[in-house]
Amino acid sequence: MADTYLQVIFWAFFALMAIAGIRVVTTRNVIHAALYLVATLLGAASMYVLLYAEFVAWVQVLVYVGAVVVLMLFGLMLTRAPIGSANFDNNQRLVGAVCAGLLFAVTSFIMVGAFEGQEIDFTGTEGTKVQSIGEAIFSIYVLPFEIVSVLLLAALVGAVVISRRDEGRVDS
Amino acid sequence: MGAIADFLGGPDVVIAIVKVVVAFAALLVATLLTIWFERKVIADMQARIGPNRWGPFGVLQTVADGIKLFFKEDVRPRYADRWTYGLAPVMAAVPSFLAFAVIPFGDHVTVGGERVDFIVSDLNIGVLFFLAAGSIGVYGVVLAGWASGSKYPLLGGIRSSAQLISYEIALGLSLVPIVLVTNSLSTVDIVAAQAGSVGNVDLFDGTFLQGVSELFEVIPNWYIWSQWPAFLLFMIAGIAETNRAPFDLPEAETELIAGFHTEYSGIRFALFFLGEYIHVVVISAMAVTLFFGGWNGPIVDEFLPWIWPVGWFLVKTIAFVYLFIWLRATLPRLRYDRLMWLGWKRLIPASLLWIMVTAVVNVNPEGVDEQTLRSIRLAVFGALFLLVLFVVAKGDPRLKQVVTPERPRSRRAQKQGVKSGSS
Repeated sequence: MADTYLQVIFWAFFALMAIAGIRVVTTRNVIHAALYLVATLLGAASMYVLLYAEFVAWVQVLVYVGAVVVLMLFGLMLTRAPIGSANFDNNQRLVGAVCAGLLFAVTSFIMVGAFEGQEIDFTGTEGTKVQSIGEAIFSIYVLPFEIVSVLLLAALVGAVVISRRDEGRVDS
Repeated sequence: MGAIADFLGGPDVVIAIVKVVVAFAALLVATLLTIWFERKVIADMQARIGPNRWGPFGVLQTVADGIKLFFKEDVRPRYADRWTYGLAPVMAAVPSFLAFAVIPFGDHVTVGGERVDFIVSDLNIGVLFFLAAGSIGVYGVVLAGWASGSKYPLLGGIRSSAQLISYEIALGLSLVPIVLVTNSLSTVDIVAAQAGSVGNVDLFDGTFLQGVSELFEVIPNWYIWSQWPAFLLFMIAGIAETNRAPFDLPEAETELIAGFHTEYSGIRFALFFLGEYIHVVVISAMAVTLFFGGWNGPIVDEFLPWIWPVGWFLVKTIAFVYLFIWLRATLPRLRYDRLMWLGWKRLIPASLLWIMVTAVVNVNPEGVDEQTLRSIRLAVFGALFLLVLFVVAKGDPRLKQVVTPERPRSRRAQKQGVKSGSS
């Protein structure tokens, strides 16, 4: 019985993600595109919940839905708000489609190669422990973690430098 | 009953559904009462009477208002974005309800052999869920601001997205010390860790301060004693998260008419208010859960043993709701640049510093028996921490600087080249 419920929920969220994902690239209104992106990200979070990875799921919501997309909306409002439905279209649809298709192919190739034939048995699991995630990040994956941190810091400093280039010394 | 339970997938599912319905209804009633309470308290503070027509002490006033709003015309501006305009109020109200799911509002009760915990869902990452639900709440305000197709709502929306993102960081960071001390992200574990009294402190045994040791037996073991810098940070960031005075910049009447909900009317407008007041209740309940022992209380009687914890929880939560109202009646609104300055340059560094202090004190090579001593050490560090903050704040030249707004120059003054205004 529980399995049937899980199947139904999985396919419902799958449909939601697929439709929202397509709408992200086909809608002509940027704000709507951002909102469809929110729906896609929430769908991804629900997939994590179905995989008993609650911590990852809610971090996904907190970071991507709660911060990243809100920042995008913030930027759009400051720059394009009154227009909103401005035509952001250009003639590079084919290039975009080819790039996206290649990316999808490469990612799925790697994923299938890495996990082929593996099946995870969830019966009786309590879900992923936060502790084990923390230990994994700070022992096995500590190098990628640190590299990502430095990259983000560089991006942060870079953004400040670029945005305040014209202002000179204001706060002295 | 049995047939329905089987159809739905067992008694667990029925219990879950009942809990959700009860929590939802309770929050709706809480909203009605909170709005009435706020109007009465503020009226009292301003030497007015407040609502007194409908029901005893005007308690049904909110119901009357709700019915009125329900039947009012739903106006939609011509340049509004139809779809988003309808979505925004829902996005403002729903996350507040969600956040309540992880708040334990009582102990447990056994019904027909099934243990029913007084919490909608005991997630093992409850604190994170609370933060995530709060972060979704930003959308209501931002989308309402954009979708109205009007200038003032847009300004309110932009302000609030900046404000809410900034204070979300401080709110999240202020909860980290609690998680560090409890060693768990579950709200149930956090409440359980605060049960009982502070207990045996043999620090003063055999000295003339023996009485102090006995005093510790009575004091409840709440996190407020050792974690009160975190509590202050949580409350400031929490009030900012609810968009209430003195942080109600997104709807500053004197500057933005009504900010993000200027164009809304009827039931959609009511949904924004529902969201705001439920958020107040939820933040209050969270403060009680994290710092004031949740449903733990001094008296639990044999008579209906499950109702006492619920009662204690309610009493504490109402005290915090009162605090919210009291602040609204007392404090003027912050200026916008001050708000961002406070969030980024004061609250976030302060919470990071406090996380480090807690982490250092929490490293415990001797063993777990040191629990109480650790709390005392934390409390002392907390006092020092606040002293440092106070000195920093006092020494800040920005606080002493009085900014006089520039007066519009008169024609004659401009001609004569007379300098006016500040400098």
